[in-house]
Amino acid sequence: MDIPYTVETRPDTGLANGKLGIWLFLASEVMLFGALFSTYVILRAGSVTWPRGELNVWLGMVNTFILIGSSVTMVMAWASLKLHDFGKHRWYLLATFVLAGIFLVNKYFEYADHFARGEGPWHSTFLAIYFTLTGLHGLHIVGGMVVMAYLLGPGAKLYKRNPDQFTNRVEYTGLYWHFVDLVWIFLFPILYLL
Amino acid sequence: MHSDPASIKQGIRKYLMIGAALYVFTVITVAVNQVHLAVPLAITVALIVATIKGSMVATVFMHLSHEKRWIYGALILTVAFFIVLMCLPGFTVMDTIGRPSAWASAPPAHGAEAGH
Repeated sequence: MDIPYTVETRPDTGLANGKLGIWLFLASEVMLFGALFSTYVILRAGSVTWPRGELNVWLGMVNTFILIGSSVTMVMAWASLKLHDFGKHRWYLLATFVLAGIFLVNKYFEYADHFARGEGPWHSTFLAIYFTLTGLHGLHIVGGMVVMAYLLGPGAKLYKRNPDQFTNRVEYTGLYWHFVDLVWIFLFPILYLL
Repeated sequence: MHSDPASIKQGIRKYLMIGAALYVFTVITVAVNQVHLAVPLAITVALIVATIKGSMVATVFMHLSHEKRWIYGALILTVAFFIVLMCLPGFTVMDTIGRPSAWASAPPAHGAEAGH
């Protein structure tokens, strides 16, 4: 039996099920990161001193540029499908995947530098919340990369069978990816600049 | 969401412009940080710029500027609970449970003693 409302919209919501599903998932993600942001505020407000300039601002800025770029390529991957250009879609999706990989490589070097100096999460309250927030965000990047790899690999076969359903899948992946970018937009100033 | 080729092509121009604007705002955030403002002002400026950037991503890239009622409804609920979550640190600071209150530790008033 086919799953209903993967392409056509439900009469009651006016949405395909996947679209409402991904937004509800993102709502739960807002609460997950919200809890950690709230924790950050409590820790920072309760501390006598808070380190500034402990992180490499330029590396953080480069990573912000990378994620913004990946958001642009992701939305272009979806727009290409809407214009029935599957070849361009694949290039844009591949570019998004590669940019996500570069982001993680940069993060790896940043983490490695901290650990080489003995500055793990146990070192200070700031580093504890820094590793928690960026680690969770990094896991979300990995999750997005897994989905993109699927859409570039075996998942791409769906385009031949049902191009509209494939386009919807790319749109939902894009919504998730933009959310990951949005979280970083707030993480960058509060961890690297303030 | 409009999905005819003409509006998609128009949308592509918008995506590129928003991408460029996000880069500019990132540079502004870092530039303001180099000025070394007082911490409260620096936090305010950084959060305002981040909110502008976040709104751009949500409205344009995530197409929230023209979504269906159900999605807006879910997001309004999320925002309400998010605000409560962000107020929790404030509630924690205001919490006086377990602390002796000024009223309880104050010496009894003269008139109150006379009443006994």
